[in-house]
Amino acid sequence: MIAFNKYYNHFNLLSSFLIIVSLLLLIFKGLNFGIDFKGGTLIELRASDSKINVSSLRDRFNQMDLGDVSVKKFGNDTDFLVKFENKDNKKNIIEEIKVNLDKSFGNNYDFRRVENVGPKVSDELLKSGVIAISLSLALMLIYIWIRFEWQFSLGAIFALFHDVIVTLGVFSLFSLEINLSIIAAVLTIVGYSMNDTVVIFDRVRENLRKYSDIKIFELTNISINETLSRTIITSATTLLALLAIYFFGGEILKGFSLAMILGVVFGTYSSIYIANTVLVRLRVSQKTVLRENEKK
Amino acid sequence: MLYFSKLRILFITLFSVLFILIASSNLFKFDDDFFDKKINLGLDLQGGSYLLLEIDNKPVIEQKLQNLTTTIRNYFKEKNIKINNIKIDNQNIFFNVTNNDKQFVLDVFQDENSDLNPYYPRFKSHQLEIEDTGLNLKVNFSRQGLIKLKTSSQDQAIEIVRRRVDEVGTNEPNILKRGNNRILVELPGLDDPMRIKSLLGKTANLTFRFVTNDENDRFGVEKLKFENGLEEATVSKRIIISGENLLDAQPKMDTQANQTIVSFTLDRVGAKRFGKATSTGIGKQLAIILDGKIISAPVVRDTIASGSGQISGGFTFQTATDLALLLRSGALPAPLEIIEERTVGPDLGQDSINAGMIALAIGFILVIIFMLVKYKIFGLITNITLIVNLFILLGVLTLFEATLTLPGIAGIILTVGMAVDANVLIFERIKEELKDETNSILAFDGGYTKSRTAILDANITTLLAAIVLFFMGSGPVKGFAVTLGVGIFTTLFSVYFIARLFTSIYVSRNKDKEKLI
Repeated sequence: MIAFNKYYNHFNLLSSFLIIVSLLLLIFKGLNFGIDFKGGTLIELRASDSKINVSSLRDRFNQMDLGDVSVKKFGNDTDFLVKFENKDNKKNIIEEIKVNLDKSFGNNYDFRRVENVGPKVSDELLKSGVIAISLSLALMLIYIWIRFEWQFSLGAIFALFHDVIVTLGVFSLFSLEINLSIIAAVLTIVGYSMNDTVVIFDRVRENLRKYSDIKIFELTNISINETLSRTIITSATTLLALLAIYFFGGEILKGFSLAMILGVVFGTYSSIYIANTVLVRLRVSQKTVLRENEKK
Repeated sequence: MLYFSKLRILFITLFSVLFILIASSNLFKFDDDFFDKKINLGLDLQGGSYLLLEIDNKPVIEQKLQNLTTTIRNYFKEKNIKINNIKIDNQNIFFNVTNNDKQFVLDVFQDENSDLNPYYPRFKSHQLEIEDTGLNLKVNFSRQGLIKLKTSSQDQAIEIVRRRVDEVGTNEPNILKRGNNRILVELPGLDDPMRIKSLLGKTANLTFRFVTNDENDRFGVEKLKFENGLEEATVSKRIIISGENLLDAQPKMDTQANQTIVSFTLDRVGAKRFGKATSTGIGKQLAIILDGKIISAPVVRDTIASGSGQISGGFTFQTATDLALLLRSGALPAPLEIIEERTVGPDLGQDSINAGMIALAIGFILVIIFMLVKYKIFGLITNITLIVNLFILLGVLTLFEATLTLPGIAGIILTVGMAVDANVLIFERIKEELKDETNSILAFDGGYTKSRTAILDANITTLLAAIVLFFMGSGPVKGFAVTLGVGIFTTLFSVYFIARLFTSIYVSRNKDKEKLI
């Protein structure tokens, strides 16, 4: 049996630190919103001429008076991602750019993807993203509140918030782009983290009913160990699947799979070191579960 | 628990085979209608254009209010009430009446049987609201009135949009209402939406009006620019004929002048008016105005009574074709603005499909190897379950002809990763049961029963997240929610029926073995 409970305090300290740093990052550095949430234009361009590179593209685009233009390599050497704000929301901007690029590069390039999101739409997408995450957190809260005693709910919710905040903190730290698929990833993380916590909690509750003489500090450790094998296998297979998406699923899914990978790691960690420690700190005992049973 | 009747085994086998067949219809051609279904590929996978259009209702509202001022004036004139100082400001109509008449006017507007102000009993609201500000009376559209107005202009606009898109002839366009002032246009397979964008960006309001020098024209005058933006002309506000009078419009080659023109045919009313105007207006310039710009202003030389004519204006064949198309499909009730555009080229779509399939294959193989190494015989059972699960998942998606997107493929891969969870929960539980229980069949029974709540809880939480995502997400992300959500159900089915069937067969054959798991 591994003594997870020996490090409850250490890891609680670490998690508090991580959450504070993440929150500070989110407040002061903010998130790097993509055009989905900020509005603007995105062009994925493939070149068939080695003359076309990041700097020559940047030169060209800067001459077009589009405001802040970002040009980046995308995946391999011939693919580029160009982004700009398109503040005035000019109508025929794509056509103008094509005409302009034709002059310097002829026909040696191809627009593989064009996205243009107006300011109204991006505001709405951001709003609905925030609502979606809040709604899913609320639903989880309600579900766990119905299924478990309030001490458990609190533990699960703490773990959930930890996972979401720290994942977003990592995205802020490395200025990784937040787009629609990241919202999907965060929601899936919420589901996964909850899933993982619930499995351990289920065992804790079962053990609480079974043993009256074991303190919660010990009991959580026993439960974690009993479910450990499952925790490892499930997170391992999930991570294997996600790594396959990250490395082979193409550039578009990179951000999504990275967020999920982080979420699965944090989710697994938080089920053990946050959800359970809340139970310990709230001094959950056999009475907690038995009293609840009488009520029902 | 572990016992399976023959009937049940038959049912499970048939069910699995059915879905495997349905899933394989994506690869093979079936003659049967039921099996010949395919998963739809999202625009991000097959390439295409997604355009979200917003209707700018402001001009419509202003026009309606403008008409209303006349209606109000005439209505009360019949009742010998004089309306003074009527004006429109910021989508409100203001006017004055004498204090004696005020109550009567208010009553007319607030009467449920008012013929001036329609009442919607369903919403318990009038079309218009009236308010006595003290200084004057203020009339504006009520909330319901505005909604009615918006939905009616949306209904008209979507019809015109559909006609224009159909005329261009893209395959299987998808045109849908969004809210009460937006229209979504999905154009699969279209990698350059430029032409459609420019066609949808035009209101196509066509009028024929005389150029005049008379500043005191009875109908008022306005200065309009020519299409080229250089010249200007003063035209009367009196409309001779408008786009509504057109029956047909076609691009043509005028061999005499060697230029492309648009020829048009008028309806009866239009032909009459056009004939009258051209007979009285010989020598005058007749301006052809589209969306507030003069295309051309030819001098009338003869009376045109035939009801057909032509527009010239330095067109190329393409611009003439487009103008004819716009005139044929009719004018939009209000301008449209493209507020969101997402276009994916077909080769990127194919690349995404390939990448997704490779990721799926690799993810699948990794999980299978891992389970085999870790779990041996039960790993094998899990793997068989996984494969059948994947087929059933694809089968369900095919059956409902769901739309598969790139995030949707990610959802399938993720389902593969997470699907082992339920089996592992069960097998781990069985292991524990076997520690105290010598009867392996009872131990297996216990494993299934005692793991049930955890499995249910775990899957419901993921399902909740998927449901929220389905209702809040848009486009590709919705595809992810669908595969993730459907994946949960197929996983539970395959775990509780297929995996359990295999487990029961294995256990009953080896019940006397020392170490089962």
